[in-house]
Amino acid sequence: MTFDSVEHMVTEATDLEHSARIGATMAGEPNQTGEIPGGPAKMASRNLQVRYGDKQALYDVSLDIPVNEVTAFIGPSGCGKSTYLRCLNRMNDNIDICHVDGSVTLDGREIYAKDQDVVQLRTRIGMVFQKPNPFPKSIFDNVAYGPRIHGIARDREELNGIVLGSLERAGLLDEVRDRLDAPGIGLSGGQQQRLCIARAIAVRPEVILMDEPCSALDPIATERIEELIMELKAQYTIIMVTHSMQQARRVSDKTAFFHLGHLVEHGATSEVFENPQDDRTKDYVTGRIG
Amino acid sequence: MTEISETQSRVAARLARRHAGEKRFKLLSLGAVWVGLVFLGVLLFTVIGSGHTAFLQTKILLNVTLEETDLGEAGEGGQAQAIAGANYNGVIKRTLRAVFPEARSRSDKRALYRLVSVGAAYEIREAMMEHENPVGTPVAVWVTASDDVDLIIKGTVPRTAPADQRHLSDQQMNWIESLEKTETVKARFNTTFFTSGDSREPELAGVLGGAMGSLYAILVCLAISFPLGVMSAVYLECFAPKNRLTEFIEVNINNLAAVPSIVFGLLGLAIFLNAFMLPRSAPLVGGMVLSLLTLPTIIIAGRAAIKSVPPSVREAALALGASPVQAVFHHVLPLAMPGILTGTIIGTAGALGETAPLLMIGMVAFIVDVPTSVVDPSTVLPVQIFLWSDIPEKAFVERTSAAILVLLSFVCLLNLFAVYLRKRFETRW
Repeated sequence: MTFDSVEHMVTEATDLEHSARIGATMAGEPNQTGEIPGGPAKMASRNLQVRYGDKQALYDVSLDIPVNEVTAFIGPSGCGKSTYLRCLNRMNDNIDICHVDGSVTLDGREIYAKDQDVVQLRTRIGMVFQKPNPFPKSIFDNVAYGPRIHGIARDREELNGIVLGSLERAGLLDEVRDRLDAPGIGLSGGQQQRLCIARAIAVRPEVILMDEPCSALDPIATERIEELIMELKAQYTIIMVTHSMQQARRVSDKTAFFHLGHLVEHGATSEVFENPQDDRTKDYVTGRIG
Repeated sequence: MTEISETQSRVAARLARRHAGEKRFKLLSLGAVWVGLVFLGVLLFTVIGSGHTAFLQTKILLNVTLEETDLGEAGEGGQAQAIAGANYNGVIKRTLRAVFPEARSRSDKRALYRLVSVGAAYEIREAMMEHENPVGTPVAVWVTASDDVDLIIKGTVPRTAPADQRHLSDQQMNWIESLEKTETVKARFNTTFFTSGDSREPELAGVLGGAMGSLYAILVCLAISFPLGVMSAVYLECFAPKNRLTEFIEVNINNLAAVPSIVFGLLGLAIFLNAFMLPRSAPLVGGMVLSLLTLPTIIIAGRAAIKSVPPSVREAALALGASPVQAVFHHVLPLAMPGILTGTIIGTAGALGETAPLLMIGMVAFIVDVPTSVVDPSTVLPVQIFLWSDIPEKAFVERTSAAILVLLSFVCLLNLFAVYLRKRFETRW
């Protein structure tokens, strides 16, 4: 199969998905029952179990992610928070030994359904990784890659608009305006991470997953990203994994605490940090374990 | 406190031995490099030493006059055809007799004619056909001397050598010396060596036939093994499920890389020639056999190169909604290309020097014509070297070495090309 035909199919699929999305949102809104009190749930999982070969990584995780808010996952290393995050856009599909049971829904639609196209799903759920991973291409091409493969822009001008708009929203445009042709790898770590965010939002997703987006950055770059996350939540539902409890407190509206593959506690960030119900949560947020 | 000083003294006791070990290792590795360099130096020295004279060829200047009586049938082509069909053997004999009138007896004349190559007649014919009005006017032509004269002039065979060793009589030596006095015999750059195919006459033999055969075979080999190898590597590394079957395939590809090349030659003989009825001695079949040899190398190098691309790049593309094929072809493969190309060119350089499998499919024949397509019968450079090394004539010894030099420079060029490609693709980071 040639690239053209693959791209063409994706384009078509995306067009269809656009109309389907509008329908789903309209139909889904009235009857939302979130486990986390607050806005309506954008994504939800029920009894999600994940195994890597013989090793169980997640046990019966049921969680609702509210729309247009920042949800933070905290917990010690190996607790399953990253695994859970990667289930939300089916990145675990690429791992041969990974086995997922249970259900995850986006706007009420099962994303592990047989007829769910993974490529389509990932245009709706963007992802930013722990280590900034720009493509070894120019800044412009990095951001333009997503729109190009999905055929989002109709002409060069529209593509320019999308790229500049995404860089603007990622707070990077002023720093790179005069060197869009420079390689993305040449930027500083924090700029690279913002480039990755710009790249993710160029596809116009509804949800952005962030896997410890600041763990490779210095405090100043971290602050920029945190400000950015708070700006972005007006438009996007943001789910982030973080090792820094301060960051979760500063940025997130909702927090979920994972421990040894179990979802121990979740709720409004202030509640989880100031009034934890479970002893394990209490120990963790007060710094006694972890 | 005592504990610390105790520790320090133990460390110090071993320190001298550790430094000595380091020094020893450095010296050994330096020695290894030098041994390699010395061997390379000796190889190049001997090959260049015995081969460089083949790049010169002795020529004799003759003032040739074409008479009306020499011309052939005019026919429809008119004067041009008459000149093309002239009796140049007669012309050359007459010209030589005019230079050395003292050669009167039959045997003297025959000795005289042997000073020039049998190819001289063709050279004169060519010169006459290029000339505007050759009939009746003397034309100066540098004709190729025979190999025996050539070896004397270039000093490969000493002039004082006994007559049976230099293959020239005393009288012939006198003629050569008188030619030297008038500066009508000279060693000039040997264009024939680069522009003609094989020949029984050393002074007329060239490497172009073998070189073109090699070029065609390598092109066929690359055209088959590069796409097949890269696609196999991509599939095995990026898409194949990890199970017993793929493991089995992997083991067998590694085995294939270790199969003696002559076995591939037998395979080519049995399948390509006998079953598919493809032409014998053709670079097409040679290239197909060589592609069997390079395929495992390319697959192994390709897989290693693909594996070394950071998975984060592929994940980034997948997370943006690229399909797995797009992620591989847009991002992974371009980054793996330098490594794949290096492996390919190393494999190709190996195939370029391969002789044994090509013997099996008949590329060892004596072929004078330079091939003009992949189905023309031809030989390849290493086989040409093998053929020449087998000929007892002295003039072929230097040509063998010179052909080795040509092959080595081919390989060098390929490697330089590999370096260039690697640099080019790497700057894209």
